[in-house]
Amino acid sequence: MNSWPLWEVFIRSKNGLSHKHVGSLHAADAEMAMENARDVYTRRNEGVSIWVVESRHITASSPNQSEALFEPANDKVYRHPTFYDVPDEIKHM
Amino acid sequence: MTTEQQVDYILRLGDNALILGQRLGEWCGHGPVLEQDIAITNIALDLVGQARNWLALAGEVEGKGRDEDQVAFLRDAGEYRNILLVEHANEDFAYTIVRQFLFDSYNYYLHEGLAKSSHEQISAIANRSLKEVTYHLRYSSEWMIRLGDGTEVSHQKMQQALNDLWIYADEPLIADEVDEAAHQAGWGPNLAELRPLVEAKRKAIIQEATLTTPEVGYPQQGGKQGLHTEELGFILADMQWLQRAYPGAEW
Repeated sequence: MNSWPLWEVFIRSKNGLSHKHVGSLHAADAEMAMENARDVYTRRNEGVSIWVVESRHITASSPNQSEALFEPANDKVYRHPTFYDVPDEIKHM
Repeated sequence: MTTEQQVDYILRLGDNALILGQRLGEWCGHGPVLEQDIAITNIALDLVGQARNWLALAGEVEGKGRDEDQVAFLRDAGEYRNILLVEHANEDFAYTIVRQFLFDSYNYYLHEGLAKSSHEQISAIANRSLKEVTYHLRYSSEWMIRLGDGTEVSHQKMQQALNDLWIYADEPLIADEVDEAAHQAGWGPNLAELRPLVEAKRKAIIQEATLTTPEVGYPQQGGKQGLHTEELGFILADMQWLQRAYPGAEW
């Protein structure tokens, strides 16, 4: 059973929100992955939609490159909307 | 329909769910893989939840003031009304799946009929359970096909399980006077009309699973009338010892 491939599971918690990665599982094929995802990850009403994708189809960024990829954004403060005064009455900003 | 027949009819529904739920619960921590361990115990919990509704209703109709726990935990084997199929041992995953499929293929169409019951509570419980039962049938059908049409070993194990369990496959479809009375009263479906639907479903899945339908001279029955295999005594011993040893114990 260890030969079953690994699948990544994404769940949309309600309509209007995007699918979020919730974890992974083993399954022989897409159909079984879907059923397993339903049983393992939506037992407590977590979702309205499931995506499963075999883990080998995901291309991940390398931790070694994280400096080159992400640090240049750190000193570009002007990309962050932090210079506005938000009035107190406005919520959810 | 006499009160006794009414209680019997509802007990059959509740006891099938309770005993199969208890059986499936034995897989907890022993599933072939983590994902199936969870899947099977999910189904067990669905069934125990359904059993609670049915047994509470049975206690109500009986009118002797018994609640769902007293009905579940303080009856002896001879008072249980489940079919023989559901008390059969888990054996291995193949037996568990075949038992589940034979039950689900009946239980699904039964619930479709019960959902149209003239009895308000029966129809309400059946409607609520139908979604769960639909998923159970999908799950067990899927595994029938996957393992039947799988490897040489999985095929052989599934055929063996099917051969052994087939003698219990017919009991739920054989109507006795309680089933007849329930149908007359509009409480539940006519089993004679259910039979072709159940048989067609079983035939289609067994065929897709590349398995062979066994031949049975005469089906085993008696569970619905309280005549059980010795298996039930062991299940009840497991299930009831705590309430028997410590009456009224709570969490």
